[in-house]
Formats: sequence, structure tokens, C-alpha cells
Amino acid sequence: MSKIHVTAVVNGDTAEFLTDPGTTLLDALRDELGLTGSKEGCGSGDCGACSVIVDGRLVCSCLMLAAEAEGHRIETIEGMAHSGDLHPLQQKFLEHAALQCGFCTPGLLVAAKALLDTNPDPTEEETRYWLAGNLCRCTGYDKVIRAVLDAAAVLRQERRAA
Amino acid sequence: MSDVLDRPETGEGFHSVGTRPIRPDGIEKVTGRAAFGADFVMPGMLYGRIKRSPHAHAKIVSVDARKALALPGVKAVVSGADFPDLADELIEGGEAASSMRDLAWNVMARQKALYEGHAVAAVAATSPTIAEAALDLIEVTYEPLPHVIDVEDAMAPNAPVLHAHIFTEGLEERPKLPSNIARKHQFVRGDVDAALAAADVVVEGRYTTKSVHQGYIEPHACVASMGPDGQGQIWSSSQGHFMVRTYCAKVLKLDISDLRVTPAEIGGGFGGKTTVYLEPVALLLSRHAGAPVKLVMSRDEVFRATGPTSGGVIEVKLGAKKDGTITAAEVTLKFQAGAFPGSPVGTACMTALACYDIPNFRIVGWDVVTNSPKTAAYRAPGAPISAFGVESAMDDLALKLGMDPVDLRDKNGARDGVKAAYGPTFQNIGFLQALHALKQHPNYDVPLGPNQGRGIAVGFWFNVGGESTAAVHIGEDGTATVVTGNPDIGGSRASMAIMAAETLGISVEDVRPVVADTASIGYSMLTGGSRTTFATGMAVVRAAEKVVENLKARAAKIWDTSPENVEWSAGKAHCLDASKGEQKPLTLKGLAAQSARTGGPVSAEVSLNAQGAGPGFAAHMCDVEVDPETGHVTVLRYTATQDVGRAIHPSYVEGQMQGGVAQGVGWALNEEYIYDSEGRMENAGFLDYRVPVASDLPMIDTVMIEVPNPRHPYGAKGVGEAPIVPPLAAVANAVRRAIGVRMPDLPLSPPKIRAAIDAAR
Repeated sequence: MSKIHVTAVVNGDTAEFLTDPGTTLLDALRDELGLTGSKEGCGSGDCGACSVIVDGRLVCSCLMLAAEAEGHRIETIEGMAHSGDLHPLQQKFLEHAALQCGFCTPGLLVAAKALLDTNPDPTEEETRYWLAGNLCRCTGYDKVIRAVLDAAAVLRQERRAA
Repeated sequence: MSDVLDRPETGEGFHSVGTRPIRPDGIEKVTGRAAFGADFVMPGMLYGRIKRSPHAHAKIVSVDARKALALPGVKAVVSGADFPDLADELIEGGEAASSMRDLAWNVMARQKALYEGHAVAAVAATSPTIAEAALDLIEVTYEPLPHVIDVEDAMAPNAPVLHAHIFTEGLEERPKLPSNIARKHQFVRGDVDAALAAADVVVEGRYTTKSVHQGYIEPHACVASMGPDGQGQIWSSSQGHFMVRTYCAKVLKLDISDLRVTPAEIGGGFGGKTTVYLEPVALLLSRHAGAPVKLVMSRDEVFRATGPTSGGVIEVKLGAKKDGTITAAEVTLKFQAGAFPGSPVGTACMTALACYDIPNFRIVGWDVVTNSPKTAAYRAPGAPISAFGVESAMDDLALKLGMDPVDLRDKNGARDGVKAAYGPTFQNIGFLQALHALKQHPNYDVPLGPNQGRGIAVGFWFNVGGESTAAVHIGEDGTATVVTGNPDIGGSRASMAIMAAETLGISVEDVRPVVADTASIGYSMLTGGSRTTFATGMAVVRAAEKVVENLKARAAKIWDTSPENVEWSAGKAHCLDASKGEQKPLTLKGLAAQSARTGGPVSAEVSLNAQGAGPGFAAHMCDVEVDPETGHVTVLRYTATQDVGRAIHPSYVEGQMQGGVAQGVGWALNEEYIYDSEGRMENAGFLDYRVPVASDLPMIDTVMIEVPNPRHPYGAKGVGEAPIVPPLAAVANAVRRAIGVRMPDLPLSPPKIRAAIDAAR
């Protein structure tokens, strides 16, 4: 069984790797590209810890084959802060203490970014339903939801200022 | 909404304690850089997999690895025969004593597989794919045996017996035959039978809970390396790397000094990572293969082979006077221990009535082995289960007496001077304050609509102290490194940094907290029992105090006076010796810069065994709405109050309270282990084992009551466990009041609620 050569754009840079046909995008990100910020909590698309954005769409990278990434744009948690400047979501997660163990945090941040990319002013209910695919066992979600809503407000302000 | 009551605006003169700085490890965790258990790799590393029993109970006739070993790329296969035999030795570790033989047998089955998912062999290979293929080539011959999972079935005289060596302990006479009943626990005061007979009002109930999993999102993971010289290294995610070192040394009969364990970041534990499953197997595979070995569990394995906590039966009888004074309580608890003795029924007994002052009681607990995974600690082990029964009965008592449920608990509530059912006399507790805060909360007065109900319940957890070590090192630039041996599971680096900064008189940003490996800091018990901020925090404060004493001595030398004439405040040494005239204070930074000339490095390490942990009390109020058509329960509002001692970092204290509530709501409404007739788990995944998601919950309102613990330098009490104790009953009591029917069996799933509503019509 020969390996497949894949070229994709990962966090803005061209990335090339070889993969087995059965390897998931999550495993390729973690093992081939060394991007271990995406986590495996279940391997079945139920926990969202492996969330990435593919061509603007939120995806569980454990449910996508690495070979399917050919020619696509992938955003992971590692690409969220720009040259050391945290994304407002990352900053608000810190300020609101929206993480305890931090394991689900990369997936939650990526999923929340996908929300705010398309809906800059979500309600609490919209936010809760959007993030329903990202399990967090530590926080009870209270501070997570507050952080996302607060970050949305910051981003709206930044857009108005721009 | 979130409040801190009872804290004066001044913060009692603290500059760091009680503030909310950004956690020191935060940026690592929001950028994906933090390395958790599965993120570690080593050159030449092999990939391991574990073969698990498909049977709930079976004799292992043979394990034949020849075909697997013949597969190219397979480097080692181990099974029970490769592990040393151990004597039945008890060892203290964290929240409860463990039998090392049981632990070793749980890590790898010998002679019998005792539950579906029990490890029977393991393989290491050059790739995960080859390791997976090799699993199928390991031939295990089983002789299936009858199994038993339900706790009362397991107690029956004709039940299949798991262990021929278990003769019930705690009985007046040692039984003649072995059984699944490992131990009877009993706590008695006064004459409960006479008091029940004399009571004006008696309520009773029989309640059941199902086995539930801790549900941490990070599966267990480790890398282990053992060289030909017998020196071993482990990198793993656990609640205590010293625990991992001790347990691995015991299971494999190694010297503790030959093992070095480095903690990875831990992706949740909740008690479930207070033991080892993978590490001894990875070490043994590494020894056989001559290369480092990585083992990572799948979610399926996490459900089938780790955790969970017990399912239980709780029988409660309460007797009271007409005015609501409770005169008698009888509580019987039967807990599944899983494949080996050691369910949390003992702590469930001890906590069952701890919130109350009751003159006559009898609490009996039964620890029962069953063909299910060996139970592991789960956040306030046992307490939520007994509280579910007791607090449900309390609600029925309030209804029967026509009393407000808060007032009934207030009237009988534990206060300073009350002797707890489990022994000690309470001092400096804030139970009544927590109750009163519930009544003062605006949520208490929100009117309820049709199909809505409001439930009240309370809970208790001991909190523990124990052995901890901390070191404080001052850099020559005046910044501080704080080193401890406790994995940071929920923000403890922040509380360590705050307490060190407070003691040293410098800013939190100038303190870098580090969790060091077992060779780089003295022994610490694991992160559990809500002990870290209390006990390890105490070690941090004592080490920082030693540093301050050292700095004062140096300042005294510089000023040519005695250390008694030097005062330390706001991070500076002040000269009190009038004979020296006006001396400019010496800052920590200034003293650090000249440390080489004044005696060398400024550094202190303190090891202690912290006593005097203050107990935690929580009072909760839950509003629900029940959809009578579907039986679905919506949690509308949730209010949690708690005596937290003193909140070192209030945001993370609130986070503990909110997280405990969420887990308790899941336990009440959704979560359960479901078995088929063969004893195989049917819902070993997050799709079918449904933990609460964001859309299942409202905001969780918290009120922190601060009754400082005088045995801790800054008044800290453990806060992590008490908040999971009340929610099971708070939710069930809310449902009771919404539909008018008592639901005694968890989880309160929609079909059960529909059936109860239909039956009541």
C-alpha cells in the first residue's frame, strides 16, 4: 500500500506530506506536521477536540481523511494567533478563565472562531447550540460562553474601527 | 451572575490573594502549545496496543503470542505471566488505600478476566497499524463464566463469585463462604429504632443510581522507556506523577529511585487519573522491546476499562418532630465496586448525614464486587450517591411537613460545635451561611410557570491535606520560580503563584510556577481530594516564608544589625534599628542582585504533611421545566453557593463550582453505563454516553461564602469536590416539584419521566 502525496495550505503556508489512505486529517496534522494542538478525545466526531476549519467550514479532523485535504485550506489552533498577538477569542478565554484543564480549549476556540467568522453577533442560545459539538467536562460552559460573547463584542468593535 | 459575599472591599489587606490574574500557563493552552499525554514522542519510539477481554467474566486458559511475534514490525508481546506476583499489600495513595495486588491484576489480568475490557495482553510494534494487526494475532483462549453486574444481584447467595479469597470484612463473625460482599461499613449513634418509633413524621425511600464515568476529554496516554540498566522514565498524563512512580515500582517490583516520571499536562481527571492503567504495561513492553513505547487509549477503552464510579442503591428513612426537628435517620448503601473491592461506599457513609445534626442514626454501607471496571475515584467519591438518597428524602420530609426546604435544612443544619456523624467536631464551617445565601439570591424569588419546579439540595465533602513539597527559587533579577510536584488540573499554577507572590510581596507576574518531575522536587501526594491549593499551597507559603527570612538575614548583614530589626513588607526589607539612622529599604530585586556576595543563591524547599483541611459545604437550587409530551427536562436556572474558605483565585473557584454542577446535572439526567445481557457495555462512546453539552445548560450562578480556614496561611479550603454532591438531588427534587411524582431512579431520562407522568394521570 503506497503512500499518497498531499499538498494543502495549513495556517496560510503550503504544507506537503505523505499519508496512508486510511489516515485521518487529525493524525496527519499531529504526526506528520507536528501540529499537536488539535486533540483526539473520541475519534468519532462526538467531542470536537479536533476541530479545524477547512475552506471556512468547521470540521472534526478525526472524521476527514488526510488525503481529502489535497488542495484545501486548513486552519488549526496553531494559526489562530498572528505573530504573537492573540486572537480576541484566545484573549477572552484567558481573561474569563474559560479553561481549566485546557484539553478541549483548542477545539472550542476553533469552533468559536468558525461561529464568529460567519455570525459576528450571536445570541447566547446560538452560541450554545453552535458549540454543542465541543465537549468540555471541566467548566460547565458558563465562562466559555461569556468569553465567546465578549470576544464577539471586541471583534465587532474592531471591525467598526477599521 | 457571580458574587463574593463576606469579603470586605479592602480584600483584607491582600494584594494578590483574591485577585484574578491570567493563569501563568494560559497562553500555552490557548495556542495549542501545551503538551498533553498523547503529544509526547521519542526517537525510535514504538506504538503499543492492549488486547482486552470480550467477556465480562472468563477463565483465561491460555495466551499464545507466537503468531503476533512473527508479524514483521512486532517487537514485544506481554501478558499476565510476564508480570511479577505480588502479595496483598495495602498502600495509601491519594483518596483511598489500594491493594497493590488488585491494582496489578487490574492493569493486566491473571487467570481470570473480570470485566469486558480487562487487559489480557499487550503488544509493541513499529507502527500503530502493525500493533493493531498484531492484536488479532494474539490468541487468547477463554472459558466464559457466569457474570453479575447489578449490585443486589451480586449480593445474592447464588451469585457467581468473582474472587474465592473475599470473605466479607466488617461482620461480627467471619463468614464461612467467600462472596462478592467485600466489606460492611457501619456508623451508629443513639437508638435509631426507638427514635423512629417515637417520631411524629417518618419518610422513607429507595433510590438507585447508575455507574457513571468521570468523562475527562483526554484519554489516558503515556510514553515509557526502560533501559537495559533497569532505569526507567515515564511521561504521562495523571493526577500525580509520584503516584505513577510508586505504583509502577510496586507492580513491576522496581526500586523507586530507578524510575523518573515527568508529568504531561492533564486533560481532566476528576479522580479517574488517580491510578495507573497504561504506565506499567508500557514500561514492561519497553523493557522487552528495548525501545520507548507509547500507549494511548481510545475513547472506547476509556469507557470499558477505566473509571467509572459505582452504581448504587440508597435506602433512607428519616424521622422528625412536627416542628421539623429530625430525630432519627437510617441509611443503607449498596455500591458496585467493580472487579476489585474498594467502591467509595465508605466515604458515602461518612458524608451521608454530614450536613446535619441528628441525634440518632444508623448508616450501613456494603462494598460489592461486580463484573464491571474497577471503580476509580470520581470527584467527592461516593458523596453524590448517598446525598441523592438523603436529599431526596429531605425534600419529601419538607413536603410532608409543609416546610420550606431551605428552612428544614437550616433547622437541622451542621454548625460549629456539632459532632459530625463520621467523628470530628466541626469548627469554622460555613454551611448555614451557604444555605442563607441561597435564600437571599434573586433566583430564589423568580416565579415558576406551569411544568416548572424548584429543587433544593445540599452537600458536604471533607477535603484533605497530606504530604506536599514546594521550592521557591529567587533569580538574580528578583523574579521567583515556584516548583511543586502537583499536576495542574484546573488552574493550580495560578493559585500557587498568587500565594507565593502574596508572601514574598512581589507581583504575580514575577512568579513562574513550574510542575516538576519526580527527580526535581520532593514527594507530593497526587492532585485530588481538593488538597492542592490547601496542602501544596501551604508548602509554597512556608517555602516563600523561608526565603523571606533568608532575605531579612541578608539585609540585616548589610545594615550590620540583627534580623529581628528587619521587617519585610511589600517586597522590601525595612530597617527598624534606630541606631542605624534612616536606611533606604532594600527591595527583593536589589537583594537578589547581590545574592552572590551575601551568601549565595536565595532558595528554599519545604516538605510537610498538611493537617487541618477545612470541610466544604455546598447548597444548590435548581429550576427545571419538564416537557410533559416528551419527558425532556430543561434546566432553566442553577444557583450554587459554597463555603470556599478563601478564594485564592476567585475565577477558578467559580469554575470548580460550575464544573461540579455540570457533571452532577449529567449524572442526574443523562449519564449511565448500559450493559447487554452478556455484560458488555452498549454505549462506550460520547454519542451514546451523553455528557452535558453547552446547549443543555444555562449559566450557572455562583456565590462564594468565605469562612477562612485558620489552619491555612490564607484561609484556603478545598473547593473542587463539594459542588458535585448536591446536583443529583437538586435536579430530582426540581423534577419532583414540577411533575408531582418522586423519581427515585437515575438518570431521569425522558422515557422514565414520560412513564411516571402517564402512571400518575
